[in-house]
This record gives sequence, C-alpha cells and structure tokens, in this order.
Amino acid sequence: MTDHAVHPPAVATVAKSDESDGMSYLETLPSRIVTLYIPLFIIVVILLFPFYWMALTSIKPDEQLIDMDSFNPFWVVKPTFKHISKLLFETSYPRWLWNTMYVAAAATFLSITASVLAAYAIVRLRFKGAQAVGALIFMAYLVPPSILFIPLASVIHAYGLFDSPMSLILVYPTLLIPFSTWLLMGYFKTIPFELEECALIDGASRWQILTKIILPLAVPGLISAFIFSFTLCWNEFIYALTFLSSTQNKTVPVAIVNEFVDGDIYKWGSLMAGALVGSLPLVILYAFFVEHYVSAMTGAVKE
Amino acid sequence: MASVKIQDVRKSFGGFEVLHGVTVPIEDGEFVVLVGPSGCGKSTLLRMLAGLENITSGTISIGERVVNDVQPKERDIAMVFQNYALYPHMTVAQNMGFSLKLRKENSAEIDKLVNRAADILGLRNLLDRYPRQLSGGQRQRVAMGRAIVRDPQVFLFDEPLSNLDAKLRVAMRTEIKELHQRLKTTTVYVTHDQIEAMTMADKIVVMHDGIVEQMGAPLELYDHPDNRFVAGFIGSPAMNFLEGSLVGGETPYVETANGSKLPLAASRTGLDGKPVVYGIRPEHLEFADDGVEAEVIVVEPTGSETQIVARIGKQDLIAVIRDRRAVKPGDRVKLRPVAKAAHVFDKETGKRLIN
Repeated sequence: MTDHAVHPPAVATVAKSDESDGMSYLETLPSRIVTLYIPLFIIVVILLFPFYWMALTSIKPDEQLIDMDSFNPFWVVKPTFKHISKLLFETSYPRWLWNTMYVAAAATFLSITASVLAAYAIVRLRFKGAQAVGALIFMAYLVPPSILFIPLASVIHAYGLFDSPMSLILVYPTLLIPFSTWLLMGYFKTIPFELEECALIDGASRWQILTKIILPLAVPGLISAFIFSFTLCWNEFIYALTFLSSTQNKTVPVAIVNEFVDGDIYKWGSLMAGALVGSLPLVILYAFFVEHYVSAMTGAVKE
Repeated sequence: MASVKIQDVRKSFGGFEVLHGVTVPIEDGEFVVLVGPSGCGKSTLLRMLAGLENITSGTISIGERVVNDVQPKERDIAMVFQNYALYPHMTVAQNMGFSLKLRKENSAEIDKLVNRAADILGLRNLLDRYPRQLSGGQRQRVAMGRAIVRDPQVFLFDEPLSNLDAKLRVAMRTEIKELHQRLKTTTVYVTHDQIEAMTMADKIVVMHDGIVEQMGAPLELYDHPDNRFVAGFIGSPAMNFLEGSLVGGETPYVETANGSKLPLAASRTGLDGKPVVYGIRPEHLEFADDGVEAEVIVVEPTGSETQIVARIGKQDLIAVIRDRRAVKPGDRVKLRPVAKAAHVFDKETGKRLIN
C-alpha cells in the first residue's frame, strides 16, 4: 500500500513537467501574435466595421455623406447630431421603438411560457409520441417565413388583425416556440432526474417541481431563450412589412426603410441614425446577460 | 416507524420481467440490506417501495396500509439517492427544510427540526452553504439530514456510499449504522457491496436475476449459504469452489478430477458418486502435512493477514493465513480444508447439499 501511495505522484510530476516543456514553445510572444492576436484583430475589425460605419454615417453632415473625393469616407469632420435629433423629434421614431419593444416583449413572453411547458412535457412526462412531437416541433422551425407570409397574411386578415400589433404578437411565436422549445429541452435534459424524484418524495406536485426545482435551475437556459426570441422579434422584417401598414403602428426595421427611403433617394443620415438607436437596446441586453447566454449554450447543471 | 411487507412482487418493463415474485418481510425498526450484482432488481424493488415505479403485481405494505396505489409523498418515507440529489440552488438548510415547507409547517418549526437534524449529523455550521461548496461526505450527510427531518416511517437508501472514496465510505458506514441505532427507524438499504451489507445489516436479502436467493442475518448467510451464488457472493476474498464427486462412508470426502481428496465432516446417504462443487472459505484452508499439494502462485501480505493464491491441479485457490509464514511464489505447500467448515453444493442446481 505504501508503495502505491508514494509512486503515482512522482510519476505524475514527471509527466507534468514533460508536458509543459513540450508545449511551452507556443507561449512565446511572436507565435502568440500570429496564432491569437492577429486572427482576433481581423475578426473584431470585420464584426465591428458595420457598427462603426453606422455610427459614422449618422453623425456626418449631409455634404460629407456622398462626397467621397473631398472628404475621407472613414472619418468625419465637424460631426453633427442633426440626423439623430431629427429622428427623435420630427418623426414617430419613439413610437416605432415602443411598438417594437412592446411586440417583442409580448411575443417573447408568450413563446417562452409555451416553450417551457412544451419542453418539460416532452422531456420529463413519459407519454406516447413525445419523441415524435419533439421532432414535429423542430420541423415547424424549418419552414421559412418567406413561404408562410402570404398564407398567414390571409389568416391575419380573416381575424381582422391587419395593421395591429396583435398580428405580430400572435405570428412571431410560430418562429420562436420551435427554437425555444428545443433549446429548453436540451437544458432540461441536463437537470438530473433524481432531483425531481427526490422532490416527488419530499411531497412536491408536478407544478411545484416545475416552478421550485426545474425553473430556478434552468435560469441560464431561460435567459438565452429570452434573448434569442427577443432579438428575432426585434429584427423581424418580412411579417412586419406585410401585416402593418399605417406609419403609427410600424416597427423600427420596417419604419426606417419605409420612411427614410423616398423612391431612389436614401436619407442615409437618418437611416443610419435609426438603425443605430434601434440596435442599442439589444446591445445593452446582450451586455447584461452574456455570461448566462454562454453558460446555457455550453454548460449543464452542476450540483 | 413501521414494518414493511413486500409480498410476491413482480415488475415488468414492457414484456420483460425483471422481478419474478419477491417476498421480503421487514420488521419494525429493522435494518435490511438488499444486496446483489448490478441488474439483479434491487434498485427497482427499492424504487417500487418508494413509489417511483409501478408495481406490476403483488403488494407492498407499509405498516398496515397497502401502498401500491399511494403517491410517494403519501407513503411517509424518505429516500437517500446515490448522487445525493441535493437541490443545487438551495442552501443546506433550505434543502433539509424543503419537504417541511411543502407540508406548510411554520418557519419556527422548520428551523427547529432542521437544527435538530443538523446537530445529529454535525452540519450546524454548514447550514448556509450551497451543495457545490460541500465535500462528498458532507453532501452525503445533508442527504441524510433531509431524510431525518421528515421523521419518516421508513428510510430508503439507494447505494448512498458508492460515490465516496474508500476511506470515507468506511467512516460513513459506521455513521449510518450508528444513526440507525439511535433513531431505530426501519431502514431499507440497497448496495452491491457485500461488505457494506455484512457490516450494517440486521438482515441481508441477497438478490440475483430478479429473485431472492436467500435472506437472513449476516453471519447466518456467511456460515450457511443456501446455494452456490450466495456462498460466492458473500465473503471477501470469495469462497473457493472445486468440482468433484462425492464419496461417502466413515470419512466422507469429495474427490476432484486430479485425485485430490477434500475432507468432509459428514455426508448424507444416497449422494455417493454425485457430481458436486466443494466450497471452502479462504480462512478455512490450513497448512498441514496431510493436506492437498498445491503450488504457490502469488503471496499478498496485507499486514494483519496474508492472502496466498495457490494452484491445485488447474484451479487457483485463495488461502488466508494470519501467521507470518515464509512462503514465496513457486513453493510447493500442503493445504488442508477444515472439514467441518466445508460446503457441498449440487453441481447442477447449485443448491446446498451438505454443510
């Protein structure tokens, strides 16, 4: 026994120092620059350039917008807040922002509630055809909106919901529920079965198990489902374009395209200002929840 | 506290029967261990007792009440799971108080009961921690604390020690046994480890392939195994088995294929020439000049005793001796089984013939 106790640590130390010798050539600065910092820099530039362009355009005075010969297109001299103030005070932009937020929040709430119940039932209640139902829900996700928007438009018309935010609140879940359900199913599966059995013996009902055990443990999953759904609603274009017609009722993505593009005249300053202001709420949302979002995609419940 | 009656219980998954009519009476306050190799149905039986699996046929009663169709929470039981199943988002105190909270006890009462259980298990200064901040042994104790606060009629343990390291396992074994002696709550404990079964149980139920092979007090099973399976399963190192045929008369013995004569204390008439399996425990093999010749293969000293693997003919035997004898691999020694400790099993059915 004593022999066993002494030898393995010795072996382990040898292996460890070996390994660090073998890998240490990767630790030098030049190689780190080539393998890590340059690729990272390229990715960051590619990802952030549209943001930069958007921000830049929204504060450029009109004469600098198109004249690329006399002005450097990648910089701005004498920036102006004219476009932004025009956007906020001379158009219905605040109203559009409110519409977008209201529709996104309502559709997301509806979808997550339905998805939680669906995902829990599929994963944990042993009923015939649970697998098939799961597969069918996923199939629903594969049907693209560009095929559905015409038939859905006639449905919306038949129910008299045309040009009302309600049309979007009821249609968006067709996109959101399938994805959220799958995401939550994956998350619920990582929660050990014994926890529920233990709660069952402790005297909890199904509803109590869901609300007191499963949901608190699935918070990261819920947050990522929420962010995903909210973003999708926020950016959605084709349904919003089809179902809404009056300026007052539009959502941001549709409104800025409709109101700031006049025939072939693009009001680039206002357009970009609208896009920039419209993307800020999402940026803030992501910044708050990024950790949960990542852990839901990678992690499981740890005891 | 209550007695438990498991009466001719069967369980099928789909068309496949995993428990073939199991009957186990459990006395009030008894510590019963269900033991057997994996897949023998012991965990299924426990889960049926807990109400987590349906009973295909037969009855289970707790106290005087048949509980076949009673919900787990109405059965007045508490269960400790193999992976502890502590709620990760609750503190130790909340974990232990969860069942009381569901029962709508007032918070002063919950505090009192949780503190009492924490005192019993030495968890008093861990009450505000979360499960992830605890060591394996502490989690194990919290899982037991959660069972204790409910003051149930029956404790159920499902392999509670298998996730712990060897040293801690021995310590927790003692702790659980001590706890039982103190609380005297009827306990059903499932394990695949026969040492746990031997050390803890008032009564061991040995299960194999969905049936009960034998039940009884630990030493009764050790000394008088009903069949070859129980004989081989209980005891470590395991009993040695040698095939041969029975020879009766004044000094009965079992003769192996290579002519070795293995002594017996007594025989029964009508068994002469019957093919049998001769069973002898490692500690019942002695060095003696009139023994069977064997070659030493491996010598394993553990300090308090020495295990010797020796070969007779083509078969390896393990002998355990307590004196420090200078034997080394390759030595030829003479081993004699203690005749009155020998077991004889029917070669075909595995049933005990003589012992």
